[in-house]
Amino acid sequence: MTLRSLIWKELWQRPTPMLTSLLAVTLGVTALVAIQNITVFSERKIAGDMESLGANVLVLPPSITLQDYYAADMHGQTMPEEYVTRLALARMPGVQNLAPKLCVEASVDTIPVTLTGILPRSEFQAKSAWQGIGLITNAVGSDRGCCPTATSLGGDDDPSSLATTRSIQDLGEHELILGADLATQLGAGVGDELNMLGADFQVLSVLPATGTIDDGRVFAHLHTVQRLSESGPVVNVIEIMACCEDAAGSLITDLATELPETRIVTIAQVVETQVAVNGLMSRLSWVFFSILLLVGGASIASVMYANVTERRKEIGTLMALGASRRFVTRMFLGKATLLGVAGGIGGFLVGTVLASVLGPQLLGVSVRPMPGLLAIGIVTATLVAVAASFLPARRAAGLDPCLVFNDT
Amino acid sequence: MYHLNSVTKIYTRRGQTVTALDDTTLEIPDNDFVAVIGPSGSGKTTLLSVLGGMLAPTTGQVLLGGESLYDLPIEDRTALRGTKIGFVFQSFNLIPWLTACENVQIPLVLAGESADRQRTRALEMLDRVGLADRTDHRPAELSQGQQQRVALARTLANDPQVILADEPTGNLDSETREQVMAYLTEFHQDGRTIVMVTHDPATAAYANRTIRLDSGVAKSIGNPKAA
Repeated sequence: MTLRSLIWKELWQRPTPMLTSLLAVTLGVTALVAIQNITVFSERKIAGDMESLGANVLVLPPSITLQDYYAADMHGQTMPEEYVTRLALARMPGVQNLAPKLCVEASVDTIPVTLTGILPRSEFQAKSAWQGIGLITNAVGSDRGCCPTATSLGGDDDPSSLATTRSIQDLGEHELILGADLATQLGAGVGDELNMLGADFQVLSVLPATGTIDDGRVFAHLHTVQRLSESGPVVNVIEIMACCEDAAGSLITDLATELPETRIVTIAQVVETQVAVNGLMSRLSWVFFSILLLVGGASIASVMYANVTERRKEIGTLMALGASRRFVTRMFLGKATLLGVAGGIGGFLVGTVLASVLGPQLLGVSVRPMPGLLAIGIVTATLVAVAASFLPARRAAGLDPCLVFNDT
Repeated sequence: MYHLNSVTKIYTRRGQTVTALDDTTLEIPDNDFVAVIGPSGSGKTTLLSVLGGMLAPTTGQVLLGGESLYDLPIEDRTALRGTKIGFVFQSFNLIPWLTACENVQIPLVLAGESADRQRTRALEMLDRVGLADRTDHRPAELSQGQQQRVALARTLANDPQVILADEPTGNLDSETREQVMAYLTEFHQDGRTIVMVTHDPATAAYANRTIRLDSGVAKSIGNPKAA
């Protein structure tokens, strides 16, 4: 028999009050783990969504109201292509890529199509004025938040990268790229010749299905589209790939200052809102955690005091038999430690299960266990339980062993 | 073994001063068997507490084996109690949630003995008090006499030199009382010193000599056995 087995046996001798205290501690850790878990994975999902979205800031003509992010260029209003140059020269922090677009109606074999002019990255690189800037050639994406990485930005020369990165490395004047649905509709594939707006084009690539309006588009070189549609050097939209931290911060202000005659539409507001909600949830989880742990601590202290009173004779007997004050203190603090560890582990398990169930249902977020929260839960719950038991333990250790006798 | 030199213990309770031991000088040699008798409130339990190193006297000195008990730090006194002194209580003071064997193991746990040694020694002691078949019973599953025998086994677990017994037969019927006193006599015959507080003259008669405490004053009243 050891001190540990003594604690364990005593704990199970009087389980009800201890289980009540344990419940409060467990609930505190559960609240923390569940909310933190959902918050963290929600943030990761947002970051992932932002990255997969590609561009997260749109520069539009001032009268445009954005209804569909993927149809931002299909409003018929234009603005000078020169804005792209101004943005590039401004070298704003957080801007990773620029993708100007011009959208016109056309037809292929009497089938109406949406022809979208895009500017390949090679076009930027060819402009001597921009080469010094290194905007596209030296993508400086980082791994923080939803900021696209250098790899995700520019390393892929595959034309189908347009579907995910919203830009393409090379595109000839008489080449085009078909959206997945349109390619099926036209029965066209890579290498096929198509005629649009009186010019012949060769299909360079067919994009993978994206589930967006892009699946029904045909993409060609911006300047070719401008020339064939006789619309001049204009664009409908400039898509900007920006680090979402910057998009949620000063970038929008900078953009508005640089291009006051445009409308800057960003999902930064969405990011801001979601980040704010996540931050609130995160802070609330700590508040719940603190409150419930305080309640748990108070409950443990109360139960421990009652336990000391109830066990006075028992403690006195142990002291008469040679138990030191240190032994008695350790007996109570050991019990508190056990409760704290159990509350921490229990709270982590319940919280993780709760997050796994509620995450997908409430926020569409899949969560996985976060071992860091286990450590936080165990350490904090144990500290609270031990702190709450400290005074009762001292009281027990200070009992007069003479109380074991019948009278004095 | 024990030497009490002008020991006085004064309590102050609710503004009233009570002299529990009044300038008591007492010699208890090795292998003595002393019965302490006296009316309620005469200071018997105070004497036992002082002898057990649990209650410092107001004045005077208590020597155990030539060492001044209350000049030792409290932790040393506690350790001394665990190795040299055994207690027998009127209400047995068994831990209700432990089995008989585990109760006997307690002094050995406190002494830091290994689990194997604890169990072996506990079973040996329970066998000695005739409870080899009750080792896994909890106190509530034992009779009063059996509980006191478990307590006696616990007392012996650390092989103490001194046994301090507080009304060891107070809660027992006459038959069980004789059984318990027979064990205590046996422990005395093993060479141990026994100081026993009792109200019962028949129980006191098992001792070598009797000390009567009256208002904190100790008076030796001879040897009942001799009488």
